[in-house]
Amino acid sequence: MTTKLPIARSESVFEDYKSALNDSQAAVEANRCLYCYDAPCIKACPTEINIPEFIRKIATNNVRGSAKTIFDSNILGMSCARVCPVEVLCVGDCVYNAMGVPPIQIGKLQRYATDIAYAKKWQYYEAGKATGKSVGLIGAGPASLAAAHELRRYGHACTVYEKRDVVGGLNTTGVAPYKMKADRAVDEVEWILSIGGIDVKTGVSIPDDVSWDELAKKHNALFLGFGLGPDSELRVPGQDFGGVYGAVDYIEKMKLGLVSVADVKHAVVVGGGNTAIDAVRELRGLGIESVTMIYRGVEIGMSGYQHEWNAAKEEGVRALWRTLPTAFDGRDGRVSGVRCISLDDQKQPINGTEHALPAQLVLLAIGQAKLDALVKAMPDVKTDKGRIAVDANGFTGRKGVFAGGDAANGGKEVVNAAAEGKRAARAIHEYLVGGGSQ
Amino acid sequence: MTDITSNCGGIISPNPFWLASAPPTNSGPQIMRAFDAGWGGAVWKTLGQPIQNVSSRFGATTWKNNRGVGFNNIELITDRPLESNFREIYEVKKKYPKHSVIVSLMVETREEWKEFIQRSIDAGADGLELNFGCPHGMCERGMGSAVGQEPKVNERITSWAKEFSTIPVLIKLTPNVSDIRPHGLAAKRGGADGVTLINTIKSIIGVNIDTFVPEPSVGNASSNGGYCGAAVKPIALHMVAQLAREKEFGIPISGIGGITNWRDAVEFLLLGSSNVQVCTEVMLRGYRIVEDMIEGLTTYMREKNFAKLDDFIGKSLPSYSEWGDLNLNYETVAKINADKCIGCQLCMVACHDGAHQCIHPNPNGSRVPVVDEAECVGCNLCQIVCPVVDCIDMVAVANGFKPASWNNHIEAGALLRPKRDRTRIRRRGCARSKIDYLDRVHDALPRRQREVRTRGGDAGRRATRP
Repeated sequence: MTTKLPIARSESVFEDYKSALNDSQAAVEANRCLYCYDAPCIKACPTEINIPEFIRKIATNNVRGSAKTIFDSNILGMSCARVCPVEVLCVGDCVYNAMGVPPIQIGKLQRYATDIAYAKKWQYYEAGKATGKSVGLIGAGPASLAAAHELRRYGHACTVYEKRDVVGGLNTTGVAPYKMKADRAVDEVEWILSIGGIDVKTGVSIPDDVSWDELAKKHNALFLGFGLGPDSELRVPGQDFGGVYGAVDYIEKMKLGLVSVADVKHAVVVGGGNTAIDAVRELRGLGIESVTMIYRGVEIGMSGYQHEWNAAKEEGVRALWRTLPTAFDGRDGRVSGVRCISLDDQKQPINGTEHALPAQLVLLAIGQAKLDALVKAMPDVKTDKGRIAVDANGFTGRKGVFAGGDAANGGKEVVNAAAEGKRAARAIHEYLVGGGSQ
Repeated sequence: MTDITSNCGGIISPNPFWLASAPPTNSGPQIMRAFDAGWGGAVWKTLGQPIQNVSSRFGATTWKNNRGVGFNNIELITDRPLESNFREIYEVKKKYPKHSVIVSLMVETREEWKEFIQRSIDAGADGLELNFGCPHGMCERGMGSAVGQEPKVNERITSWAKEFSTIPVLIKLTPNVSDIRPHGLAAKRGGADGVTLINTIKSIIGVNIDTFVPEPSVGNASSNGGYCGAAVKPIALHMVAQLAREKEFGIPISGIGGITNWRDAVEFLLLGSSNVQVCTEVMLRGYRIVEDMIEGLTTYMREKNFAKLDDFIGKSLPSYSEWGDLNLNYETVAKINADKCIGCQLCMVACHDGAHQCIHPNPNGSRVPVVDEAECVGCNLCQIVCPVVDCIDMVAVANGFKPASWNNHIEAGALLRPKRDRTRIRRRGCARSKIDYLDRVHDALPRRQREVRTRGGDAGRRATRP
């Protein structure tokens, strides 16, 4: 299985927002780490990477060991180094913050070690002795990959079912290209799969192509890591005009192929979450002069990370707060503007505040549909607000069925998916060696 | 008015900062630039019969990305023509009459010593420094530290120099001896006006783990060199102090060894140096460092109300005591300042693994560790590892016991405070984590060792007289 990406992709114009460290920079930064005991940065990491230890190993020039320390906790350590919101995780909890000293650039150091490991093609893991058990994993995103890798170390056979032609899930199709481009995500998938024994079937939709019953017959356990569904729609007049897209959908087009913004002078992104912020930064990066974010709440109330929004502002994005789109205007079937109305403190429209913005491109970043309908057919798998309900180990309540990643957590970071996948794999292993089979 | 004029064995300089005999004093143009920068004196790179140097001469210890924390060299004495050196000495002295130029010498025969001393005096030198310290290359030819390690030879050559010299003679001593005192006293018996110490320490700075050749590598081999730089300061301070407090000694000391700034210099003066010499830090950072040295020293003296250097030279010597005279009833405990603590817990791991297991996780969940003061022995390790300035204080405890040293105890039965009982864990008031920790450690020991540990504690208590 190899994913072939088109050479011509719009995302290629982006440069890294956080640059890689060279050897000298890494040495200086690694030596600055205090090597805290029971360090807060470890606790802030969902995968609990032993951060002081991997940094010390960079400082002593034991880079091979450093990368192993990272991968031992998080097999997606290479992509997480790039895409993690470290400002609110490990770096945010570095004790240097309390000292009024710039915190250690943990993400950059992690990228340094893992990039070298990839460049040198270091391999650390072997599959365990075959147990004769088989696990089916639905979705080829971070959660399933982390789970499959861990399961292979225990010796269980794995089959991953992916409805797309590309593997890696949102890591490949959704990460902002100034953090990581699709080819790098695919490199990671291949690196993970090199443990062997993970059969990836792309272009296979569950349960349409293979039913739950068939899966249950083929496998001793299942892991549901199918993520979220399509972008939510804004049900207002004009939503079918050309030039109005779901943000996740549009970002995927840009990452896996070409989008044309030549005729776009003004773009509008609706939403205030991290997808919205990614989208506005990406549109600016593609060269669109005027990019406006429209959000029904206020700046401090947005769910997107403040550090990301600050970067967007620096890049020239503007925002309209307490604003609701009411309709899209269009010409010849294509969008030409957004009509809006201002909202009061209770998020109710204020009469007389109707106004309009020109827009040749509109992205909707107001959430993604939940895929709970997929599991309706499975008794005992419960859902909660569209998410698959699981216990701390990813167990769904149905014998042999586990879940993790966005499908279960409703949409979090890659690092959460990696942690949940690995945790579920351990639980699956315990279930399998405990003799469970169905 | 603060006066930092220094007098070392009769050599008067505008300040106590001399450049040590080394690459920074290799030539007249260099020394002129150094004097312009503010150095008070310079000891000329050692003159002797012409030698040939190797290429690849220096090696350094790098610690936590700090290069040159320690330093070593396998360079020998000057490799420039003697005529050039003596001519430049003359030119420097003519241009800088108030600055001190001391000529370092290293030759073999009495005739050579006579000739080199006379030529130095003729060139206008303010003093001589006999290099009895170099621990590499020259000692294999019977010079340098080969002389410094033999008190009789040291005394004989010193007396020759005094016979031939009309200017002060300093003897530069090697630290590559088990006790510095006989060597300082030999120089004194020979009539020296003062001694300089320490020269470099015999060393191998490192090994290239890819080529397997020690450093600095000269092709496919290396040789032991002389260790210096910031890392050697403690060794130098000890040797300076040991000689300075020797009652029979009583001649000036020019202190060298790991001095990088004014604070280091003050420490050397407090332990009895009349002035200081600097090499490695200048090699690494340039002559310009003297500006801060002069400023720092002057400010310090003003703040302490010292009008001249003599007001504090040797001031710390009375506090340099024998261990047996230390007050065993003096007691301190660590106090962590919660407001300043950043929660790195380096004190906790250091105490648990490297000291006395008395700093524990905070039971209320905060990351500020707590000190079990009843168990703290006041060792300072937590304060040493703490990255925050003034976060951990070592506070003296009034325990009610009168001062008593081991010697008082042995000679007069002075009462010592009870030792901390390290085998019987006080369960009440002791953090749970500590009990768990110590229980785990104890349980992990083989049975015999466990018994020995327990007995050792009892035996230790009996040894302390009530």
